[in-house]
Amino acid sequence: MSSNNLDQLYRRVIMDHYKTPRNKGTIEDNSVNIEMNNPTCGDRIHLTLQVEDGIVKDAKFDGEGCSISMASASMMTQAVKGQEIDTALKLSGIFSDMMLGKEYDDSIDLGDIEALQGVSQFPARIKCATLAWKAMEKGVQNEEKS
Amino acid sequence: MINQEVKSYFPILNQEINGHPLVYLDSAATSQKPVQVIEALSNYYKLDNSNVHRGVHTLGNRATEKYEGAREKVRKFINANSTEETIFLRGTTTAINLVAQSYGRANVDEGDEIVITYMEHHSNIIPWQQLAKERGAILKYVELEEDGTISLEQVRAAVTERTKIVSMVYVSNVLGTMNPVKEVAQIAHENGAVMVVDGAQAAPHLKIDVQQLNCDFFAFSGHKMCGPTGIGVLYGKKELLNNMEPVEFGGEMIDFVGLYDSTWKELPWKFEGGTPIIAGAVGLGAAIDFLNEIGLNEIEKHEHQMAAYAMEKMSSIEGLEIYGPADPQQRAGIVTFNLNDVHPHDVATVLDMSGIAVRAGHHCAQPLMKWLEVTATARASFYLYNGESDVDRLVEGLRSAKEYFNDVF
Repeated sequence: MSSNNLDQLYRRVIMDHYKTPRNKGTIEDNSVNIEMNNPTCGDRIHLTLQVEDGIVKDAKFDGEGCSISMASASMMTQAVKGQEIDTALKLSGIFSDMMLGKEYDDSIDLGDIEALQGVSQFPARIKCATLAWKAMEKGVQNEEKS
Repeated sequence: MINQEVKSYFPILNQEINGHPLVYLDSAATSQKPVQVIEALSNYYKLDNSNVHRGVHTLGNRATEKYEGAREKVRKFINANSTEETIFLRGTTTAINLVAQSYGRANVDEGDEIVITYMEHHSNIIPWQQLAKERGAILKYVELEEDGTISLEQVRAAVTERTKIVSMVYVSNVLGTMNPVKEVAQIAHENGAVMVVDGAQAAPHLKIDVQQLNCDFFAFSGHKMCGPTGIGVLYGKKELLNNMEPVEFGGEMIDFVGLYDSTWKELPWKFEGGTPIIAGAVGLGAAIDFLNEIGLNEIEKHEHQMAAYAMEKMSSIEGLEIYGPADPQQRAGIVTFNLNDVHPHDVATVLDMSGIAVRAGHHCAQPLMKWLEVTATARASFYLYNGESDVDRLVEGLRSAKEYFNDVF
């Protein structure tokens, strides 16, 4: 098996987030509550955020899916927690560029998220990685409208 | 076993994927196409292309002969009484929707029942959900036995005198189960209901005889049986089709058109509005010739053998769970499974890196996934061009996947 290629996809840090997810659960006192799924494969994420004064005070997720989708959700909650909404949305844009294999803004420290870069080489798996970010974006937009 | 030289007819199979010879185990999603079908399509466009049923010119006649010739092949393939009963449509989904929208709207009233099962593909669920909502009817599900089979007792318990339609899959796209649709049709008829059969996974793999099954409607798709995408068939009993209204109106399906009223063509054309799927039908005809040459009985036997071999080899992998009936004689060449803690997407990616194509996900059967208490599964499906060596490659790939996820992390 071409395990070198696989190692590009399944970095140790990704598997660590998959096996020991950060911020797993539900925030009862939430201001953003959104469920999203990937209809073609059955991945599902339930994301709750507590947003106060334009800042994401807390972020938690629940759901089921493959290693990439769950690790990405764990990393996303870690990344947006404590950030201003604008920064969270900016991170989402950077992540999307990264998945599409485009040049991306590296002025912000992406931390663990950087490990997901290899996913861009596996077109069939990009949707797994972007599900949690899409949920965050949509949830925040819904909140802004209300 | 079918001689694996048959594989040489399928040019697509002769390639490397990620540095390994391709092993294609996703035929339940769509089958590959033999050169005979590819050439029939290409020759039709190179030599005979024209619109049908209208040209006085030679090409128009040739295209019409090819199109109607394909219909006769379909009639024989499923042993329908007449070509009036074989309608060319886009596929199984369109065919079931036609039955729901035409027969269903005219015959299902408030409080009536539609009976389906937990193992249906979405294409045999949602058209009935929509019809039930629209008509105020009740949609009922037949419970499955623990091993993923259907018992006639459960069918008898679900079907009542209020039941107008019973619709059931012949071969499950997830469990591979072959359902007793003939016996179910009898129960439906005893209660005054019609029997619809979703034959998408059956037509590629077993000899179909709609008269022997005595079903009222039978739907299948060309692309799962070596034919092109975009062509499928609805069989319906003539007396039912005659009383049904078309659901698509326009060219090709009309007889006389007035300013405020029109009349329809005879069967089967009244259901084929617009320029028909001519090349698709020609390709399907070539696929039927190809399958007949090998023999549907041979294909069925081959699949039972493949299922048996795959189930035996795969169950030697610790932590691998196979869903559906344990007896390979009760299933077509479909083996759906999960590998302990490894998510099916991850299994599929690892296999793909070894050149092995399997399906991962919910297989368009979310209610069945719920019944199995899983969110997703992996599926290996076999067809006439697969041999034991493909199973061996799969098993080897699964062992590597297991090692990779257990040892590396």
